[in-house]
Amino acid sequence: MREHIVSPKIYYVIFIALTVLTVVTWSVAKIDLGRMNAVVALTIAVIKATLVVLYFMHVRYNSRLTWVFVGAGFFWLAIMVALTLSDYMTRGWLTIAR
Amino acid sequence: MAETTTTTHAGLAHHFDDIEQQREAGTLGMWAFLVTEVMFFGGLFLAYILYRSKYPVEFAVASNSLNVTMGFINTLVLICSSLTMALAVYCAQIGKRRPLIIFLVLTMVLGATFLVIKGVEYHEKYVEHHIPVRFNTYEFKWEPHSAEGASSQAERPAVETGNVEMFFFLYFAMTGVHALHMIIGLGVLTTLVFMARRGRFTPEYHSPVELSGLYWHFVDIVWIFLFPLLYLIGAHLH
Repeated sequence: MREHIVSPKIYYVIFIALTVLTVVTWSVAKIDLGRMNAVVALTIAVIKATLVVLYFMHVRYNSRLTWVFVGAGFFWLAIMVALTLSDYMTRGWLTIAR
Repeated sequence: MAETTTTTHAGLAHHFDDIEQQREAGTLGMWAFLVTEVMFFGGLFLAYILYRSKYPVEFAVASNSLNVTMGFINTLVLICSSLTMALAVYCAQIGKRRPLIIFLVLTMVLGATFLVIKGVEYHEKYVEHHIPVRFNTYEFKWEPHSAEGASSQAERPAVETGNVEMFFFLYFAMTGVHALHMIIGLGVLTTLVFMARRGRFTPEYHSPVELSGLYWHFVDIVWIFLFPLLYLIGAHLH
């Protein structure tokens, strides 16, 4: 597989998108949306991170094997968070017989 | 098999068939390393999630005492540095040596700018006695950063100082480890500048630039999450 050279134009577009999203996340944070604040902030952060991974880090143009490595990393992170939270968040649901 | 080798290059290690195979192996290896980094920072983020869900009010109040403007500027500085790094990789790919060196140096300048601003912020926290260590006798009084901070004492949520301290533990651990990664990145970039000056990179062989770029962008991604999680959760408080 030959190396894919990403044109600087794409880099500039991604850069502008990242800047705009940073301004958006800052502006939205000033409004009190209750629990939605965290959801909006994390959604924007995930979009920004995805843009960086796909374009700045060239994963979009890499081999499928790279995709598997990247996906595995985030999948295992999700396992760590999900299983830990399934413990902490459910404590006190049951009263255990003594 | 050996006779099928069409291109020989100074940068090609003997155990690879050709430069393409070497490049792909390098990218994969770098990603394997970055996955361990994801897990490393992931542990800190997990601790953050647990404590924030336990003490939401204290975390919002503590976050409100951070300097959002500086955090915002630092986010832009890092995004700019990611752009210059990406352009440096592009210059390496098409074999332009001078622009490559310029973009690498620009990336270093932006990285250093980030660290200076971070240092100013740390100093601010030191003066405010918000650093949770013995020599900086910890105390926390809620002084809202916003201009409309005139709201009466009664409207402010009651906070437990010890739980506020937990936020600062995480703040200094996460931003500290992130800053350490930036410092290491600056070291890596310095090496790249010297290698580039010696003309070590060609359109066929520039893996060190490409792989250091991956590292730099990864550190940028960590900050993309740190900024909203640390600085913005108290932004709606006055």
